[in-house]
Amino acid sequence: MELSSILNYEFVQRAFLGGILIAAIASILGVFLVLRRFSLIGDGLSHVTFGSVAVVMLLGVSPTYITLAALPLVMLSSLAILKLTQSKRIQGDAAIGIVSSIGIAAGIILASLSGGYNLDLFSYLFGNILTVTHTEILLSLIVFFTVVATIVLFYDDLLALTFDEELALTMGVKTKRINMILFLLTAVAAVLAMKVAGIMLVSAMLIIPPLTALQLSLGFRMTMIASVLFSILSVTFGLILAFVLNLPAGGTIVLLNIFFLLLVFGVKRIMSSTR
Amino acid sequence: MSETIISIENLSFCYQGTEAISDISFVVNPGDYLGIAGSNGSGKSTLIKNILGILEPQKGNIRLFGQPLTSFNQWHRIGYLPQRINALNYHFPCTAAEIVQLGIKKRNPAALKTILAQMGIAHLAGKLIGELSYGEQQRVMLARALIRKPDLLIFDEPTTALDPETRDVFYTLTEEVNRTGTTVVLVTHDTGIIGKYARNLLYMDKKIIFFGTFEDFCASADMTGFFGPNSQHVICHQHDKKRNGLTWN
Repeated sequence: MELSSILNYEFVQRAFLGGILIAAIASILGVFLVLRRFSLIGDGLSHVTFGSVAVVMLLGVSPTYITLAALPLVMLSSLAILKLTQSKRIQGDAAIGIVSSIGIAAGIILASLSGGYNLDLFSYLFGNILTVTHTEILLSLIVFFTVVATIVLFYDDLLALTFDEELALTMGVKTKRINMILFLLTAVAAVLAMKVAGIMLVSAMLIIPPLTALQLSLGFRMTMIASVLFSILSVTFGLILAFVLNLPAGGTIVLLNIFFLLLVFGVKRIMSSTR
Repeated sequence: MSETIISIENLSFCYQGTEAISDISFVVNPGDYLGIAGSNGSGKSTLIKNILGILEPQKGNIRLFGQPLTSFNQWHRIGYLPQRINALNYHFPCTAAEIVQLGIKKRNPAALKTILAQMGIAHLAGKLIGELSYGEQQRVMLARALIRKPDLLIFDEPTTALDPETRDVFYTLTEEVNRTGTTVVLVTHDTGIIGKYARNLLYMDKKIIFFGTFEDFCASADMTGFFGPNSQHVICHQHDKKRNGLTWN
């Protein structure tokens, strides 16, 4: 089938639109997470998403609303990670590990209770961008504008917090409030990214585009824009490649993200050796 | 009567049951240059972090510019220079000039140019902060603290990894800033530095061992027992040399 005729299908259009919106959300938030060494939070929250999806499936929620129903538990977990991170007793990465393990363990038990691993649960593990619903598109739009508005409103505070949290406190930044907003938005991004890349690869959407953009040594705003561009390019061409070569979309998108990272590394190396 | 800059009453703080500072009370007045000294683990940094609200005081009261710390909202009046930036990413996408202006709503290019030149880092303005050496980063951070023209400057062991020459330039600058009326609080374990630059000394070991002027400190014979014969001599000797206009070695 021709690519142009594939694009006529509404579910394909939804996949592109949803994919691009979710890619933008994850890649913007990812810049703050990577710079603050919270890269693994996406991994932790995606594991919690697995548990959360298992809970809502056990409760018999309609597949149309599973993403929405899974949100509250993942948002609560993001706040738990934040609280544990701030505790002097547990280090940040260990806090993510604890919450992540609870999510996976609960997911396995609940999936088993609900009669084993069915096809639906697998589609969440590995992602299925072609099943993006109208509700998820609407949610992605709302979250996208919320993320943009948050950055515009709190740009200085976010920048100071990302640079050094203690210093930000002494500048009068309400660090607790900003952290909470950032973690809650990341939780929503992780749930949405599950549809695009699957639970196994959510963190890739949060980490790789920002990491690629950071290699370019641009200013903060330009880094965010570059991160979004790399992410959108990966989703768009990843989807096209997946259709043309009949590959799983999630894996293709993530590998394209890796391709861009390696490309930037390569170009940088060539440029520095020719100087 | 002018407002007190820092007022601390019976401040105590514990880390998971281990006492870090105990029953600390003192006052810093406008124009003071206070040196806080003590050995490793004596609670100097804990005290500063309590004053700045980085750690939540567990017992006692702190007032900044007459306002209780819990409701303090004049952070623009304080410039803080930490020992180092925590977990700074090499690729952090901000230039030295952007870091100097961090948190300033109304940008002033002329002020930026002046402060960068004063710190000797004008040539680094366009470089990413992560690419600078530790000494250069500290100068950027000092410029950031100074550009707001704060009423109070707090330095927490700011020159630990600086070479002696840069260190001297740094402290001379703090002295000049203090002369213009800015109150300075300097935390260091280098008592010689305090003897040379600060006017008052707070020596602590979880509690306050000594708080007062250098003249009182040097005159107090009972301090020798605590500091040992050498430390008190070093502080007083450097202070006397400075007062007599002798050069620092």
